[in-house]
Amino acid sequence: MAETTTTTEVAKDTHVEISFPPFNSTTFASQLVWLAIFFGVFYLVIGRIALPRISEILETRRSRIAKDLSEAAGLKQQTDAAIAAYEKALLTARQNAAAIAAETRATLTADVDAKRHAAEAELKAKLVTAEAEIAAIKAKALAEVNAIARETASSVVSALSTATVSAEEIAAAVENAAAR
Amino acid sequence: MENDSVVDPIHQFQIHELISWHPNGVNLSFTNSSLFMLVTVLVASLFLILSTSSRALVPGRSQSIAEMSYEFVANTLRDAAGHHGMQFFPLVFSLFMFVLVANLLGMFPYFFTITSHIIVTFALAMVVILTVILAGIWKHGLKFFNLFVPHGVPMALIPLVTAIEIISFLSRPISLSVRLFANMLAGHITLKVFAGFIVTLSAMGGIGILGSILPLAMAVALTALEFLVAFLQAYVFTVLTCMYLNDAIHPGH
Repeated sequence: MAETTTTTEVAKDTHVEISFPPFNSTTFASQLVWLAIFFGVFYLVIGRIALPRISEILETRRSRIAKDLSEAAGLKQQTDAAIAAYEKALLTARQNAAAIAAETRATLTADVDAKRHAAEAELKAKLVTAEAEIAAIKAKALAEVNAIARETASSVVSALSTATVSAEEIAAAVENAAAR
Repeated sequence: MENDSVVDPIHQFQIHELISWHPNGVNLSFTNSSLFMLVTVLVASLFLILSTSSRALVPGRSQSIAEMSYEFVANTLRDAAGHHGMQFFPLVFSLFMFVLVANLLGMFPYFFTITSHIIVTFALAMVVILTVILAGIWKHGLKFFNLFVPHGVPMALIPLVTAIEIISFLSRPISLSVRLFANMLAGHITLKVFAGFIVTLSAMGGIGILGSILPLAMAVALTALEFLVAFLQAYVFTVLTCMYLNDAIHPGH
């Protein structure tokens, strides 16, 4: 009984001695050495391999995004310029079309007008000629009427009587009748 | 004794030799702690290297995580120490990834948590502080020590303020290392204690089993909390590192 108590005591004592491992200084040297080795290696691996690689990835991405953005801006500028050029061209074309239309209309109108004027002038000339002809025919007819009347009067006189009437007398009578 | 270790919340921090190595009587054995340092370094390195091996312009899931961690640490450092601080980026990033992966690996059952040992966190903190001092003196020479003499303080107060500044500077490695160590240690002990309650209560049978639901729920909630703490402490360690490095670059407040 007494013996068991002592062994427990002894066990407890040794237990107490190493009871709190973080303050057990016999392990310090080993922990420090291995920490120095592993942390040193870790520091080198991080500094030489991991960080340069990650920063390279991030840098590549950043420059790629910047490049893409500037490219997009350039393309947008080009698009804007193209749109402006297109609109300008459209405007010029519209103006040209309007000018051509106006010119054509003017030419056609002038042409038509000239033709019409020519036709009218021709017609007028024909009309004048015709009127002159009519007047001439009329005058000629009127002149012939007197001659026919004189001839008819002398025939009628010679047929109805034996009296001889001179041509002058008949002409005077016809003139008289015509004037009446 | 074997039974004891199951419930003993301290047992998980025990260091035991895997490959014995005692040069000149100094114990430099390869231990479970060394093994998990190796695992941490391998996991972090392989993840960062393999996930970025395709160098995809449009990142996949794992490459996104690698890039996010890069940007996260880079922004933290740039915010705290400016563009000149970026020369320390490899160190800060290594510290962040090492602490984070070590903390997260510690969350696996039966895994050893290397950051739960004060000597490891203290060594990491000393790396930071020595970097601050060496870089500060390298860059600014003796002007670096203006760090301890703030501007615009009356002459009469300078000895007092300088003493306070020196004490606060010296306490930095201690606070930096104790914060991480204590958080990891306390978290893992708490988890183990609550998990132990479940076992002890269930062993009582009947009501005990019903009662063990409470510590079980607690253990589940604590596990979630510990994941948060694992990340948060890695982040806090990194942020403080960045702020201390800022002193090396811009001494004299």
